[in-house]
Amino acid sequence: MSELSVKHLLGIKYLNEADILLIFETADQFKEVINRSIKKVPSLRDITIANIFFENSTRTKLSFELAEKRLSADVINFSAAQSSVKKGETLIDTVNNILSMKVDMVVMRHPNPGAGIFLSKHVKASIVNAGDGAHEHPTQALLDSYSIREKLGDVAGKKVVIVGDILHSRVALSNIFALKLQGATVKVCGPKTLLPKHVESLGVEVETDLRKALNWCDVANMLRIQNERLDISYFPTTREYTQQFGVNKKLLDSLDKEIVIMHPGPINRGVEITSDVADSKQSIILNQVENGVAIRMAVLYLLASKIK
Amino acid sequence: MGQKVLLSEKEINIILHRLACQLLENHLDFKDTVLIGIQPRGSFVAHRLTQILKEEYGVNHIQTGFLDITFYRDDFRRGDKVLEANKTDIDFLVEDKKVVLIDDVLYTGRSIRAALTAIQSFGRPKEIELLTLIDRRFSRHLPIQPNYRGRQVDAINDEKVKVLWKENEGKDVVYLVRG
Repeated sequence: MSELSVKHLLGIKYLNEADILLIFETADQFKEVINRSIKKVPSLRDITIANIFFENSTRTKLSFELAEKRLSADVINFSAAQSSVKKGETLIDTVNNILSMKVDMVVMRHPNPGAGIFLSKHVKASIVNAGDGAHEHPTQALLDSYSIREKLGDVAGKKVVIVGDILHSRVALSNIFALKLQGATVKVCGPKTLLPKHVESLGVEVETDLRKALNWCDVANMLRIQNERLDISYFPTTREYTQQFGVNKKLLDSLDKEIVIMHPGPINRGVEITSDVADSKQSIILNQVENGVAIRMAVLYLLASKIK
Repeated sequence: MGQKVLLSEKEINIILHRLACQLLENHLDFKDTVLIGIQPRGSFVAHRLTQILKEEYGVNHIQTGFLDITFYRDDFRRGDKVLEANKTDIDFLVEDKKVVLIDDVLYTGRSIRAALTAIQSFGRPKEIELLTLIDRRFSRHLPIQPNYRGRQVDAINDEKVKVLWKENEGKDVVYLVRG
């Protein structure tokens, strides 16, 4: 059990349960490291990592960059907006040009599903998927499960509901894979228009009544309404969405039990969850962000150790 | 694969008591001294020494921590195996303290080199000493020598020194393993 079964982190789909456990156990040690007064270890001092972002990101990019720097890796950043991609360069050409500067690992976010998988077949570097379209966002799912494990002791046997735009969400898909792999029960909840047609084939149940879903679950992961991806009207108004699928303090307090609230960020305050829910003691949103750095350090460390 | 007993339970016990006395001689009440066991195997030695100092020599206040050096090692990506991390448990600062690093076997000295770097994350110690249960002579890759040694051993390179502990393996014994 002492090494990952994969060379790249392209999606949770390609991992097994032992991989996830190894990542979590390594992240435990990194979490101790990032809480020291000197938060840096020299492990990756001879590794160069390129962060290639073809799509906007704040927290994921910062989190990866911080993780890389805490591991003493050399980091170069690349955003598509200020690059030759605009001049018509292909993805493989862009990445190969970067790799010829002796880069060992690539962390990539791309709007097209499968971009990471495509790249891993054509270039030599180790690829970490930081989100590919509506496909997967593996490090987010890992840090979500890690946060549940930290809060509730274990993921196995827990009941998790993912609420919101399941159709466009890579966070939802990666989370479903990760949670199922660790033995949790998963329900998805949202307007029918934002639930994929055959979502049950992933082994999850569909619940359209938010109150029922919340009363059933231990953890509710509230997804963001991704206005930028909603090409047509999936629900009449934001106000109506909030009334049916938004969580406020009154609803939370009226439940039979105390549940844990998660959100991958960025929050649309007052849409998916109200401010008093986001800032309540039941919310572990900021723990998720802290754990994100430890998880990404673990992933980079474990993948880098396979580079010969 | 033959193995020879280097130290029996009784001998280990005598040596640990001697080492405890040597520490006591140099550090008296352990007011400014902390013991740091190097993970994973050095923590057993550190734990035993702490126990002896507390129970048999009445040292009440003694700070003991456990340091993992995995992320500071110089053989990352050089071996076949991925280096697996252990827990670091140091809930105090070593700033201006006398630190005694504790390990079971001193061989090439590379672990100690890593520990010297790692300990800096917890402050700037006043001084650092090294205690090892077994010191393998003539095998050092780096200029590192222990201040306190349990037993000096001449072992050739394809031989291994294995230290077993009651807490972990059910008995206290040190073996020299051939081949």
